[in-house]
Amino acid sequence: MAKRKDIKSILIIGAGPIIIGQACEFDYSGAQACKALKEEGYRVILVNSNPATIMTDPELADATYIEPIQWQVVSRIIEKEKPDAILPTMGGQTALNCALDLDKHGVLKKFNVELIGASKESIDKAEDRQKFKEAMDRIGLASARSVIAHSIEEAIQVQAGIGYPSIIRPSFTMGGSGGGIAYNREEFLEICERGLDASPTNELLIEESLLGWKEYEMEVVRDSKDNCIIICSIENLDPMGVHTGDSITVAPAQTLTDKEYQIMRTASINVLREIGVDTGGSNVQFSINPEDGRMVVIEMNPRVSRSSALASKATGFPIAKIAAKLAVGFTLDELKNDITGGQTPASFEPTIDYVVTKIPRFAFEKFPQSDSRLTTQMKSVGEVMSIGRTFQESFQKALRGLETDADGLVEYSNNIDEIIKELREPGPNRIWYVGDALRCGLSIDDVFQHSKIDLWFLYQINDLIQTEQEIKRFSISSLNTEQIFDVKRKGFSDSRIANLMGCTEEEIRNYRHSINMHPVYKRVDTCAAEFETKTAYLYSTYEETCESDPSNNKKVIIIGGGPNRIGQGIEFDYCCVHASLALRESGFETIMINCNPETVSTDYDISNRLYFDPVTLEDVLEIVHKEKPWGVIVQYGGQTPLKLAKGLAKQNVPIIGTLPDDIDAAEDRERFQKILVDLGLRQPPNKTARTPEEAIMLAEDIGYPLVVRPSYVLGGRAMEIVHEQSDLERYMREAVKVSNDSPVLLDRFLNDALEIDVDAISDGVDIVIGGIMEHIEQAGVHSGDSACSLPPYSLSNEVQQEIVLQTKKMAKALNVIGLMNVQFAVQGKNIFVLEVNPRASRTVPFVSKAIGRPLAMIAANCMAGKTLAQQNMTKEITPPFFSVKEAVFPFIKFPGVDPILGPEMKSTGEVMGVGKTFAEAFIKSQLGSSVTLPKGGKAFLSVRKEDHLKVLDIATSLINLGFKLVATKGTAGAIKNHGLKVEAVNKVAEGRPHVVDMIKNDEIDFIVNITEDKRAIADSYEIRRNALQNKVTYYTTIAGARAACVGMNYGEELNVASLQYLHKTSS
Amino acid sequence: MPAILVLADGTKFRGYSIGIEGNASGEVVFNTAMTGYQEILTDPSYTEQLVTLTYPHIGNTGINSEDSESHKIFAKGLIIRDLPIIESNFRSSCSLSDFLVSEKIIAIAGIDTRQLTKHIRMHGAQPGCIAAGIFDEKDIARNANEFPGLSGMDLAKVVTTDKEYLFNEGEWVLGSGFESIKNTSYNVVAYDYGVKKNILRMLASRGCRVNVVPANMPANEVLALKPDGIFLSNGPGDPEPCDYAIKNIQTLINGKIPIFGICLGHQLLGLASHAKTHKMKFGHHGANHPVQDLETGKVFITSQNHGFAVDEKTLPANLKATHRSLFDGSLQGISRTDSPAYSFQGHPEASPGPTEMSYLFDKFINMMIKAKKK
Repeated sequence: MAKRKDIKSILIIGAGPIIIGQACEFDYSGAQACKALKEEGYRVILVNSNPATIMTDPELADATYIEPIQWQVVSRIIEKEKPDAILPTMGGQTALNCALDLDKHGVLKKFNVELIGASKESIDKAEDRQKFKEAMDRIGLASARSVIAHSIEEAIQVQAGIGYPSIIRPSFTMGGSGGGIAYNREEFLEICERGLDASPTNELLIEESLLGWKEYEMEVVRDSKDNCIIICSIENLDPMGVHTGDSITVAPAQTLTDKEYQIMRTASINVLREIGVDTGGSNVQFSINPEDGRMVVIEMNPRVSRSSALASKATGFPIAKIAAKLAVGFTLDELKNDITGGQTPASFEPTIDYVVTKIPRFAFEKFPQSDSRLTTQMKSVGEVMSIGRTFQESFQKALRGLETDADGLVEYSNNIDEIIKELREPGPNRIWYVGDALRCGLSIDDVFQHSKIDLWFLYQINDLIQTEQEIKRFSISSLNTEQIFDVKRKGFSDSRIANLMGCTEEEIRNYRHSINMHPVYKRVDTCAAEFETKTAYLYSTYEETCESDPSNNKKVIIIGGGPNRIGQGIEFDYCCVHASLALRESGFETIMINCNPETVSTDYDISNRLYFDPVTLEDVLEIVHKEKPWGVIVQYGGQTPLKLAKGLAKQNVPIIGTLPDDIDAAEDRERFQKILVDLGLRQPPNKTARTPEEAIMLAEDIGYPLVVRPSYVLGGRAMEIVHEQSDLERYMREAVKVSNDSPVLLDRFLNDALEIDVDAISDGVDIVIGGIMEHIEQAGVHSGDSACSLPPYSLSNEVQQEIVLQTKKMAKALNVIGLMNVQFAVQGKNIFVLEVNPRASRTVPFVSKAIGRPLAMIAANCMAGKTLAQQNMTKEITPPFFSVKEAVFPFIKFPGVDPILGPEMKSTGEVMGVGKTFAEAFIKSQLGSSVTLPKGGKAFLSVRKEDHLKVLDIATSLINLGFKLVATKGTAGAIKNHGLKVEAVNKVAEGRPHVVDMIKNDEIDFIVNITEDKRAIADSYEIRRNALQNKVTYYTTIAGARAACVGMNYGEELNVASLQYLHKTSS
Repeated sequence: MPAILVLADGTKFRGYSIGIEGNASGEVVFNTAMTGYQEILTDPSYTEQLVTLTYPHIGNTGINSEDSESHKIFAKGLIIRDLPIIESNFRSSCSLSDFLVSEKIIAIAGIDTRQLTKHIRMHGAQPGCIAAGIFDEKDIARNANEFPGLSGMDLAKVVTTDKEYLFNEGEWVLGSGFESIKNTSYNVVAYDYGVKKNILRMLASRGCRVNVVPANMPANEVLALKPDGIFLSNGPGDPEPCDYAIKNIQTLINGKIPIFGICLGHQLLGLASHAKTHKMKFGHHGANHPVQDLETGKVFITSQNHGFAVDEKTLPANLKATHRSLFDGSLQGISRTDSPAYSFQGHPEASPGPTEMSYLFDKFINMMIKAKKK
């Protein structure tokens, strides 16, 4: 069957903002799908609210809608674009749910649009727990014993037959949202309540516990002729009980005999057939009892997923691209396997001759109140993948690629009780505790009894621990080739070896180089070398022969950002991809180094060459040694490559763009202060403290409130606003370790200041402003967490002009070549410089989408020697429409965490809303981040005393919008004095009934809750948490609430417009 | 204990021994299957071959009492990257290394198997010699060079059973092991050219009373057993010198009795029908090979293990191509137009590998039903 000619245009639904459980992998799959379908001549229409994606680059689709992924909005796009088909399998659960909604509301029928890639029936069958179980029964596959419940009462009743512990899985949620493991009745009730709420169909599956069983995943692709292939098998190192997304996983499966593997293979294909996935990729999860091999099906996803991205990167088989082509009628045998240069067809099963390890990355430090135990609900925010010729090598490469200050299996604890607890109740660092347990003399069997991690893995890890003991006996003066080759082959990093031996990383590197020992690079080729490949998808290993085969072309290495984390995510990957594409276009050979399997940058198609290796000094230096690039870009991948800049410069690596020394000048407090003084620019009063005592003293000089933070951080890690000395003392005691090398920065906090973000590009001579963004939340909320508007919606022209001027001065002074981001605070007419980052910023993709020019590409060309004028980028573009960026938060995944905004970044992703007016753009930004602005009802207000005046206009707006007001006593008094009608309600501490009772009873529709000092925050925590849990729209800043009122006041229908159209209007 | 692999062209790989001391020469081939080393080692088709497994960790699941394809290891030697520290599987009864030692096999680990694989891909399968323990490299190189190669070598007669026997063990089922077959409906004579047990099991599970006979049993003796169907097994070596088998098959193709051949059996059916075979550069050895059924167009992922092939260009008019490899377009299945005889180059019995070609066994049963009706 060849491609379908009866369809001409296809709508692809994206996954929206990055959230836990749905990250860059859907940009990777969506971008592949767009390219694959365009290549076949279809008109591609795309909707995705996430501007930081490659898929929303205007070149990738014929019509790109950065609009909320919500059926009403999508239905307008369908009305306008009249697509023949919708491909809903590339955008995760978000896209599938949207497709189901479109069907439910008759939109598909009305506009005669066909779902391709997955049918409504198959989505239903796969996602509805009961239907899935019945389907498995029909094909004779065992499932865990389970029951379905639709209410708490029913749940209690049916649970009796299951016993404890029991697993609770809500239907139609992603990343195990709302689910968990209950060991007792109390936990059971709590999780069920949460789960019922999380499930859009109010349905729970209550399941027997298979804790400790082995867990596997199979990635399957099927075409319309029923040709089925397995792309990859994956074995979880962490046994059942930990969500796959939070588990360390290994490919291929290690501990299955062929007979057992084939049973699983056949079963997974049968699952696809029974569920009715006619074309495309799916993953099927299995659990196996290690005692007797009994196999149970856990679940399946009828779409591409996080694990299919992993499987694609692990094998070199591009699942999403192939799935997109299968969806339009191709069969596997008609498609080529690109990586072997088309010598072989896509209808085969990749076989690999290396081991792949994935380790998740967590962000519990951002949510100190949350429970860090891992359960069936996913909590990790990113992941690292590594490739090695053996498990040990692959595993240790992954450990160092995580960038959690662990260059290997470092020591965490020697407290046996703590270690055993961590083994039994896994948290984010269990694997290091496994190392500690073995170090402390626990037997391998003991570790197995506590953790149920398969002995195969434990013996491998134990061997590493024993090797560490041997390394400790090495001495730098008597090292020999064999010793070092053996440990390098086991994946030990130079720095880990150095730490164990008590010498420096440099000494180990120098020794290695003195005997000419370098890693070799092997290729990922889908076929274990059976066929030749020209594709340069490489990984390092210590073996005999190198297959890297570097060219003599003029090349640029782009260093990627490693695993996603809060503060460093898809935006930086977007920039790296753009650098690569732009420089390729300009005739360079581009080389990407990165280790994040979710991303577009690690698609082997993007750069001329891809090194899938950890982003550490050692790994990067070795690649530089091999490739001898003309230039290396460190300013695009976030803090990760930036941290390497000095080390690379020291080894004479040719870093292009802003020089490392100038980067340092911008980041070093004292050097930067001097520059500002010279330029005559203002900063909030600030000091640097190197001891707690000094901090207290300096704080007196500056005056409270203060913003305090450690130097050199990204994402506002450990950043706080302190109001008085006792606060500061607590901060110095609990939050940071201050020392000479890691001083603490104290800044005067500017009350009620507007915060402004500016992205600019410099070619070294000319400087052009990319965009000025006015934050909606006031200064004090981390810039990554605040909404912002481009162009500014309230800032005077005069101030904007001044900001442009100041930005240009600083760019000149710092000799910026490439991108620069500046944050300003504006108090009336006073402009303060908060910080300057001469590198890619989180807002670059947003600005690029808003103004219609690819800033990262232009800047990359500047770094490579082109001028702005040569690129026709000579003046600032102010679009004739508003773009609002809004942050998206993971609070719902972390029970017990206060969903309040502050100086420490907590958001995982962002959306963009576009409108003719600020109000329209703002509403869309809220819709895109799943915040629905109510159309009336009851609004609850509770603000600080100093905001009593400011809340009045909000109160007035709300009344005009038809809201009834309730407020806490102080706030109510202020409103009443102003002559507005308001009802007073108790705070939680004031006795019942109180406001939280009202929230729980669904009596409140809108909440404005402003608090600041620690105690008040604790008092009002219940309000915010319950608002979140009960899906009541709430704002924790005056500015945010004000913007919401403006938004709610927008009475017209929301329009949808494609980027291509918008960009035409602004050029 | 140090070990070395020397190829006939002089290429050397140094590693360590995971079998017994000594040396072994054979044809060096690589297999890309990630699972199934126990089945591969015990597959008689690997006679006189040194098998390289491309997946780096071999031995992860140990050795168990159920997964062998014959009574012993037939491969001459094993070449791997890494023998894991411990095996882990609920069915395992001993480690791979212990098995190799007890079976007196020479084996080497710790070498860059990917480089070796690339070498074979580029220069073709060639003789080699593994030495473990104390050895003189020059001797080993000479041994490698002196290995005659498989072309012209009739190994079927070496590995075949010396007397006929009945096979009544059915397929393996997780949890209950092998089926015991009591009721049978078809009388099948299986020529053992080096047969894998799973073939016999799949026949037995489908109701065949399987009478396994030596490779050289004359056709008239086979006919005297009144078979409902005749099976031509897989096996090692070059099919061309097996003239006795070719002659017997020519007699047995009589337009009545269904004949089904696998691998070497397939090549012999081809030769018996006057097609020609040739030695391939490095053959097909793996569990991921796409093969298209030319009748339905459907693609199957198959298990493969052969170094010789029937040349499609030489097919006579009464032999039609039924399957083709999508990797290299080579012929994978044939069928006689004038007699109920067909064969497949890959391994529909899997073990190791995907089981989706089992329909070829069902086809055999259907042919026998049809033949009986006549």
